[in-house]
Amino acid sequence: MTKFLEVKNLSVSFPTEDGLVKASNDVSYSVDLGKTLAIVGESGSGKSVSNLAIMGLHNRATTQISGSAFLNLDEGPIDVITAPEETVRRLRGKVMSMIFQDPMSALHPYFSVGNQIAEAWSLYNEGSKRDGMKRAAEMLDLVGIPSAADRVKDYPHQFSGGMRQRVMIAMALVNNPKLLIADEPTTALDVTVQSQILKLIQEIQKEFNMAVILITHDLGVVAEVADNVCVMYGGKIVETSAIDEIFYRSQHPYTTALLDSIPRVDKFGSHRLKAISGQPPSLIGLPKGCSFAPRCQFVSHVAGSRCTTEDPELTEKAKDHFARCFLSTEQIHTLTGRSVTA
Amino acid sequence: MSSENILELRGLQKHFKVGGAFGRGKTLIKAVDGVDFTVGRGETVGLVGESGCGKTTVGRTVMKIYEPTAGSIIFEGEDISKLSRKDMKVRRSKMQMIFQDPYASLNPRHTVGTIIEAAYIIHKIEPAGGRVKAIQELLEMVGLNPEHINRFPHEFSGGQRQRIGIARALALKPHLIVADEPVSALDVSIQAQVVNLLDDLQKELGLSYLFVAHDLSVVQHISDRVVVMYLGKVMEIATTAELFANPRHPYTKALLSAVPIPDPIIERKRERIILTGDLPSPANPPTGCVFSTRCWKAQDRCISEAPLPIQISPNHTLACHYPEGTDTP
Repeated sequence: MTKFLEVKNLSVSFPTEDGLVKASNDVSYSVDLGKTLAIVGESGSGKSVSNLAIMGLHNRATTQISGSAFLNLDEGPIDVITAPEETVRRLRGKVMSMIFQDPMSALHPYFSVGNQIAEAWSLYNEGSKRDGMKRAAEMLDLVGIPSAADRVKDYPHQFSGGMRQRVMIAMALVNNPKLLIADEPTTALDVTVQSQILKLIQEIQKEFNMAVILITHDLGVVAEVADNVCVMYGGKIVETSAIDEIFYRSQHPYTTALLDSIPRVDKFGSHRLKAISGQPPSLIGLPKGCSFAPRCQFVSHVAGSRCTTEDPELTEKAKDHFARCFLSTEQIHTLTGRSVTA
Repeated sequence: MSSENILELRGLQKHFKVGGAFGRGKTLIKAVDGVDFTVGRGETVGLVGESGCGKTTVGRTVMKIYEPTAGSIIFEGEDISKLSRKDMKVRRSKMQMIFQDPYASLNPRHTVGTIIEAAYIIHKIEPAGGRVKAIQELLEMVGLNPEHINRFPHEFSGGQRQRIGIARALALKPHLIVADEPVSALDVSIQAQVVNLLDDLQKELGLSYLFVAHDLSVVQHISDRVVVMYLGKVMEIATTAELFANPRHPYTKALLSAVPIPDPIIERKRERIILTGDLPSPANPPTGCVFSTRCWKAQDRCISEAPLPIQISPNHTLACHYPEGTDTP
């Protein structure tokens, strides 16, 4: 079965004075209509760059991009990586849309929000300015902004952070896209507003049968909304599978260490947090071998210092469960104390 | 809880005048509007709430970075709220602050050594064995290499910079540390390192912490007691176990239910209380209970009369007319 978006071996690198920054390295993932894929990672893990490449938002002159990202449209598949810029431009905002972390810097302060939403609409629809504003008001109403018809004329500074993020979502969705890429959409928001926005994205996804890619560092958010998960580290996908596989039968030491290191509101006790020692790698001149090896507590369990000399391939450890680690499934489950069986 | 309080706030208020051209039409923002709570010796008190609730202002007013508008701040038995800057300087060596942003709170032109030494220069202190040795000991204590004393902040990662900030705060051997969102700018895998460090230092040095944060998971982990604030007022105070297991204020309950739990099966079963609307503007707070505009239990009384904080059990204080877990409408 073909998925709506299929990303294959996508690499994005930026040449800099200090060397080539391999921000996203041989990344493959896919997402289907109506489903949510969460891409998890810390800052500098490369979770945003591959999606910016799909949206065609990198400067092609200064960025090295290879691999493919096919959108399987009704009129046939299009590879947005190799397609002419003009083709990608016509897909952007129409078939695929993106919302960003900081709604204040993503909205133009000089134009009313209605004006900005109407502009996105008018790119793909025939109609007067008045029609555009009417459509903008409908969208603001859809995303739950009270008295939307009046608020279309308001400017971004007149909205709170959560309301601005709703405006961003309204703008992204004005042309009923099939793919929504949400890059840390709730990171700048308070938790009570975060749950409002996540619920809104889920409701709209259901209504319009959208594919959603959610980029986040928050495993709690992932647990709340995702169907499938990609865990990224050092520019590579280190583990990918369905959500429960990742949380309960993780096959990669980084994922398990990350899950163990975060405090939870539902777990009491002054137990010591299991911190991950060291720090994330620099993306310039990555060390030989597994990029997590310097921080991994299980390196000694792999024979012949293989972790530091050879980079493990992303291999299928269980059905539809891929991880980049030399340890066997049994080994990792014994070492991390997680169950092997479902 | 310790019998002796290192810090006691009584009716603390901090109001800001903002806006208005040429002194006219200024609005009064009641950022902190009558806050009472205590921090026991050796205790960690978490101060939580959403952005704009006044939690940072409380922290800064305690440090007298802001002059309080009214109320008293009793630190080690002495009311410091009206002390002059000069008198404050002596006390401040016993109370220090850790800031949120490890990139903005360290001078990029100074070496780590200079940054920490500033504390000794300002307070004219000559530690036994010399300043360099004292600074190196501090660096070691926070898990940094003492040989890095001559490095500049940009040579360190975010987590390491936060450690420098902690070393600086510890230089004068303070009794109380006000930590304002000390881990929220850090990556998930680094947060745990810094939280553990703060834990260890407390045990080793007998520190008291006022831990200001919005992340309830971290607060739950590190705090002995938690103060929940909303729009400049205290909603609920309880021991951590009590507050997280048995929240009585509707706001606390909603706040806790909004925190995502990294466990998909629990998440699927969870009933969320989704609050409608946003935080009202502190320039124009609602009448009566400040939470009444977003509360699903609000009655007429909540709009007309502000609930006062009442101690409902030895370790639980609550400001609500119709708390959760009672049969009132």
